Amino acid sequence: MINYIIRRLLMVPLLLLGVTLIIFGMLQLLGPVERSALYIKDFPKNEKQVEGIIRQYGLDRPFLEQYFRWLTGFKNPVTGEREGGILFGDFGYSRTASQDVVDIITNRFPNTVDLALWTVFPMLSVGIWMGVKAAVNQNKFFDQAARVYSIIGTSFPTFVFGLLLLMLLYAKTQWLLPGKMSDWVSQLVFSGSFKQYTHLLSLDALLNGRLDIFWDALRHMVMPIITLSYISWATFVRVTRSSMLETLRMDYVTTARAKGLKEQDVINDHARPNAMLPVVTMMGSSIAGLLGGVVITETVFNYPGIGKAAADAAAQLDVVTTLGMAIFTGLILIISNLVVDVLYAFIDPRVRLA
Amino acid sequence: MTESTPTPTGDNRLLAEATSDRKISWFERTLGPDNYRIVKGLFKTPASIVGFILIVLFILIAVFAPVIAPPVGNDPMKIPRDGFGGKPKDPGTAWKKNVPEVPFWYEPLTGKTEWVHLLGTAQGQYDIFYGIIWGTRTAFQTGILVVVATVLIGVILGSIAAYYGGWVDNLIMRLTDIFMTLPYIMMALIFSAVLTPVLGRSLLPPLIAMISFGWMGYARIIRSDILSIKERDFVMAAHVSGVKNGRILFKHILPNAIFPTLVLASLGIGDVVLGFAALSFLGIGTEVGYADWGQVLSFSRNWITSLDKYWYIVVFPGITLTLFVMGWNLVGDAMRDVLDPRMRGKT
Repeated sequence: MINYIIRRLLMVPLLLLGVTLIIFGMLQLLGPVERSALYIKDFPKNEKQVEGIIRQYGLDRPFLEQYFRWLTGFKNPVTGEREGGILFGDFGYSRTASQDVVDIITNRFPNTVDLALWTVFPMLSVGIWMGVKAAVNQNKFFDQAARVYSIIGTSFPTFVFGLLLLMLLYAKTQWLLPGKMSDWVSQLVFSGSFKQYTHLLSLDALLNGRLDIFWDALRHMVMPIITLSYISWATFVRVTRSSMLETLRMDYVTTARAKGLKEQDVINDHARPNAMLPVVTMMGSSIAGLLGGVVITETVFNYPGIGKAAADAAAQLDVVTTLGMAIFTGLILIISNLVVDVLYAFIDPRVRLA
Repeated sequence: MTESTPTPTGDNRLLAEATSDRKISWFERTLGPDNYRIVKGLFKTPASIVGFILIVLFILIAVFAPVIAPPVGNDPMKIPRDGFGGKPKDPGTAWKKNVPEVPFWYEPLTGKTEWVHLLGTAQGQYDIFYGIIWGTRTAFQTGILVVVATVLIGVILGSIAAYYGGWVDNLIMRLTDIFMTLPYIMMALIFSAVLTPVLGRSLLPPLIAMISFGWMGYARIIRSDILSIKERDFVMAAHVSGVKNGRILFKHILPNAIFPTLVLASLGIGDVVLGFAALSFLGIGTEVGYADWGQVLSFSRNWITSLDKYWYIVVFPGITLTLFVMGWNLVGDAMRDVLDPRMRGKT
């Protein structure tokens, strides 16, 4: 087990190196003027200044030297402060949003976390529940319905689905709302009387004992949660169902039935845990999919998370900002993949012996 | 130890096949038994047949676009506009300015001679009907191009990795892992944003971006297929008779391994079109007014508060895109069943 974890940990620096190289390679497609945003705020005005900046920050140096500089940053000869350097958490300056990329991330990321935390549980549980139920009732109505759902669900584009939700639940009935919070909540939050312990709105509302704010936060999050989940449900139904069907044909399930266990116990205690292995494999990728999916979902629902920030910056062709987001997301994914893999090795001994 | 009679598998199955006096059509003979089984499996379930019907329908729409919706001006891919008004117009509103030629099928079908906005207009008076019909061509263009390019990259890298093994394999597969770490849509979005200033606003930036981050799956599939073919006797025979490595790989192994990947890839067109539509929905890619489904859908982003009134901007292009993707997915499902090794020998 420890062997496996060490082997898996050794992959991490390699992945980090690869991801940063890919992203830095993309940056090289930009002109030096745009790339200067990695280190300084202001756009150089005249040509002389441009040349000075190119020389100062070595923007015309060989690829590897620039890459190293990009990782470690420069020391400003005048002020002595460090400029740039992604290893120190400086992703450059966003000229379209007029703030440091890191500030955008720290402002927006809690919102995405808030949404993701509320999404993970329904995303994983509902699909599995449907899949198990479909397998147990094979070829009955629920099973047929679940199969139809899994075909439609995987084909429905998220943004179309989101727009339809907005049409029915917001524009027509005003039951649920786009955005992050209502105006009265945002006034309260910015006035300072609402203490932000965690910067996760829904959690802060509970900690402040304000159920009305919590309700408001939920009303803004239900549509994005459903939109982020339904595709995962569709794939989870398919995988859980086929895995469960296979497990139900196993000899030990027959044994469990033969020794007189209740059907419910056979399914819950004997069949389902063993059918979960392929499902667990998928969990890692669907959490990764969640982080990618927020780009579209947050944009559709105007939810101010990191995905919408990335989409906005990309639409304005602000590359330095979007690549900062990409590094950040890549880092999170590398860590979460690691965690999932190690957990998986705990669950399935075959993995760590391979 | 007693052994049950083994069901014929692999070469035994081929032997059993060869000795039976079943009639073998020229079609089966050209494809070979394994590939023939795949093709046959694709037409087995009602779902996959519905899928094929949908795909054929879209192909017909794409081919006959000029007849269904006669183009206006020099560039048919530009959605014709009825003036420049800001607010969307309902389906069935009459064309006022810049009226296009009325298609032949319109009068016999509706009994009217005056051409209307069949599915309404979006803001800027872009006609949604034209956007959908001509957008079908964009969909096939992007889908086929991206799939061909990603398969090419994937097959080359995957087969080199599998055939040479060792550190080459390790290098290529770790590269694949690294690319897979990054979230696809986000990277495609960002790379298009990087490429747009270099290449200008056109189909190219999103296409190149999707190709750059879309090849990994194919590399993995072809690699595992080649790994199993590599051990067959005929490869050994080629080695023994002194055939060069490159020739063994591309002339002997690849033709025997590539068919499942090709079928799987061609069914990936649906996903590619979905991704492309998502990118142009987010405002990346073609110029405003280009006939492309994601583009038409993105018009609705400015009307979120009144979507119940302007439902047609979402519903018509949305249904079109969904049906297109569904067509490929339905066939893809059948494909997955056929290719599943546990199903081998059952169909």
